[in-house]
Amino acid sequence: MAELSVDLVAADRKVWSGSARAVVAPSVEGEIGILANHEPLLAVLRPGTVTVRTDDGVALEAKVDGGFVSMDENLVTIVVDEIEQV
Amino acid sequence: MAGGSQRIYKARIKSTQSLKKMFRAQELIAASRIGKARARTAAAAPYATAVTRALSAVSAHTIVDHPLTRERKQPTGRVAVLVVASDRGMAGSYSASIIRETERLIDQLQADGKEVVLYAAGRRAIAYYSFRGRDLAGEWSYGSDAPTTEVSDEIADALLGAFLAPAEEGGVDELHVVSTQFVNMVTQRPRVVRMLPIEIVEGVTVPGEDQILPLYDFEPSPDAVLSALLPRYVRARIFAILLDAAASELAARQRAMHTATDNAEDLIRTYTRLANQARQADITQEISEIVSGADALASA
Repeated sequence: MAELSVDLVAADRKVWSGSARAVVAPSVEGEIGILANHEPLLAVLRPGTVTVRTDDGVALEAKVDGGFVSMDENLVTIVVDEIEQV
Repeated sequence: MAGGSQRIYKARIKSTQSLKKMFRAQELIAASRIGKARARTAAAAPYATAVTRALSAVSAHTIVDHPLTRERKQPTGRVAVLVVASDRGMAGSYSASIIRETERLIDQLQADGKEVVLYAAGRRAIAYYSFRGRDLAGEWSYGSDAPTTEVSDEIADALLGAFLAPAEEGGVDELHVVSTQFVNMVTQRPRVVRMLPIEIVEGVTVPGEDQILPLYDFEPSPDAVLSALLPRYVRARIFAILLDAAASELAARQRAMHTATDNAEDLIRTYTRLANQARQADITQEISEIVSGADALASA
């Protein structure tokens, strides 16, 4: 199965980077789930929780307060302003 | 007077030695912080890359038309200039060359008939301009050798606010930033960047005729995504500029303090020689006094 390669970056550092099965992010129009081979996407995020489900089934959660997520060729970049790792 | 000049030289050697210790300490502190500053620059790079890449994706899709990217229809004739200098001295010509560059830019803008609105970051720049009675529209002294995102966002938001403000509320046409570019440990160069209106140049790929554009899905809409991206782009660039300036400041400080340590060593060496000479002269004089005294007794 194809995998997503995820970069979670904050303004002053790269928070997390690795491969994942699914990403759930709070877009301004509602939660969006991204799986592998999702169409190219650019979405603005509202404050909420980003969930990254990694390969080994661990769900990483992080509280964010706005930013955006981009998805292109299975490369997901989550760009956030402020982040609280959970 | 026997011992008079010797005592003076001893005192000078002592004070120069304690100065040398201070210079050496400053040099070592700066040297250890440069690494950290450069690591922070590297850590901030992924954010800037991500924002730039997203921005070029949007601009490849829609005609970018946003208040931050276009010139004002009715120019106000005002131009904002942000000076990024250091909070502390002891960095050689670092702040001086930034201020000189700023003065040159201001002269040039004023020659073009523009009104300059000054923003200053770093206590040295604030002190320079407030001493000369120049009005500052904004000032930040924030620990210029380790800038945080909070401060850089504050600066960016103030400048974006000024750029987007209507003409009658002091809106500006353009924003220039004068800061120092870290070329390497030996060279740091003052540079002027026109930040606003934004020109998206870096990393933008214009697809050729035969290339197919990836069909991006914008949520909620391309315009909304653009409005969210552009201020972040400006914030990321201002943060990068502050970090670059911090690394430059530390490198300049390390070099200046290294030179100062060397100079202190030279001074100590010179004074030691002079003190030795004075001691020798005193001894010679004493001997000749004793000899001539003995001669006088013998011949009496």
